[in-house]
Amino acid sequence: MKWIGLIAVVLTGALLLSAVGDFPDFGDPKSPANGGVGDFSVSQYYITHTEQDTKVPNVVTAVLADYRGYDTMFETTVIFIAGIGIIAILRSHPPGGRRGPAHPIDATVDGDHQRIIIGITCRIMIPIIQIFALYVVAHGHHSPGGGFQGGVMLGASFILIGLSRDLQAALARFSERRFIVLACLGVAIYAGFGLLCLLLERNFLDYGVLDGFFHTDPVMARSHGIFAVEVGVAFTVTAIMFAIYANLSSKGRLDEGL
Amino acid sequence: MIVAFDIIILIFLVITAVISLRVRDLLGATMVLSIYSFLMCLLWAEMGAVDVAFTEAAVGAGVSTVFLIATIYHTRRHSSD
Amino acid sequence: MDLLNQYLIPHFNYWAYVILMMIGMHAMIVKNNLIKKLIGMSIFQTAIILFYVSIGVKEGADIPVLHHHAPEVAESHTPAADPHHAVDPDHYANPLPHVLMLTAIVVGVSTLGMALAISQSIYKDFDTLEENEILAKIKQGGPGIDV
Repeated sequence: MKWIGLIAVVLTGALLLSAVGDFPDFGDPKSPANGGVGDFSVSQYYITHTEQDTKVPNVVTAVLADYRGYDTMFETTVIFIAGIGIIAILRSHPPGGRRGPAHPIDATVDGDHQRIIIGITCRIMIPIIQIFALYVVAHGHHSPGGGFQGGVMLGASFILIGLSRDLQAALARFSERRFIVLACLGVAIYAGFGLLCLLLERNFLDYGVLDGFFHTDPVMARSHGIFAVEVGVAFTVTAIMFAIYANLSSKGRLDEGL
Repeated sequence: MIVAFDIIILIFLVITAVISLRVRDLLGATMVLSIYSFLMCLLWAEMGAVDVAFTEAAVGAGVSTVFLIATIYHTRRHSSD
Repeated sequence: MDLLNQYLIPHFNYWAYVILMMIGMHAMIVKNNLIKKLIGMSIFQTAIILFYVSIGVKEGADIPVLHHHAPEVAESHTPAADPHHAVDPDHYANPLPHVLMLTAIVVGVSTLGMALAISQSIYKDFDTLEENEILAKIKQGGPGIDV
């Protein structure tokens, strides 16, 4: 098995390396993927037209949520399905039947002295992380960031509660019912804005028609539409990241955690 | 794009990839994989792909390491190869 | 030396991606431990993403966030008449591979979570994550397996 594997890998690598010589030079602005010499390619269109079409300076955000909105919508659905699949595989109830959270919501940092430094530090850090995550979601139009990054950071802040105290403390703030509802809500916001455009007799996810809804001109309406679907993406990613952690760290019983 | 920086990071990437697969302690392998992800994030930031680098820093170096540690905690820490 | 200048120097990023991809693929095929296979899968995945990002690099280009002096340009030209001179595409990195790979990374971590969940449920049934031991237990008729 070892030798067969090695031979297969070396053969694949040799095949790919033999093709590397025909690639365009690294960093060449005139390579076919970057637009070629004479003709006008789609990536050049994105760079030159984003400003007038959507008023969003960050081209990546504009392409992600507007020009290629279908792609992102179904990527969000893939994340949602992966989270639901993990819950379906791992989730089980303890034999004694369902029981509520072991500690009440205002349980102070645990009595043991080893954890007091970690507990206090995380208590100070977590609000800052959450504020920064919301900033990343909201400021994705002008700087690197957006729904995916902000959602992962917001989910990570809840994971940090679970790591620094215990899983019950995190679940008291973001219970199982809440994260499943939030994940569904995120996908529903994204698809709902697409459907709203369809109901106003334009194409699916063509936000320009929402100018009456946002009280602006059609160009700014596209910018606001991008923000709306980014919020939907952030909801789903936050909920699913925390759901995956909660199920993996407690073998699906959602009782103790790490 | 700085070519010397690029080459140094690519060499470190190959080294960390090999180490994370050679180490038999799975917790150590996970930590080396986290370093690998962070180097990858530096490389992409240097190539001008700031959004991709941001995502990799949050996801690859942060959250996926936590997922791997959570699984190793509930299974076995030692690997036979 | 001539061969080196022609093949290796202008394409070193592609060489690095092929090497990383071979390392990851070898681990996925040969390694015995399931977690090691998943680490190999992560390396494979980032190698492919490295390839895509390398395609979009332009020599001396800026990050794909447009500068904030566009309103003057929009007033002096009518946008429909002269779209090419408003923004020069060669000054900004290609945004399309970045968009495709950004979503691929986040989808990658949720599939990694899925794989880890399956590993945990395998461990619950077989009490091991080594491939050969799992196969031996399946042959003996392990728990929940109909042979």
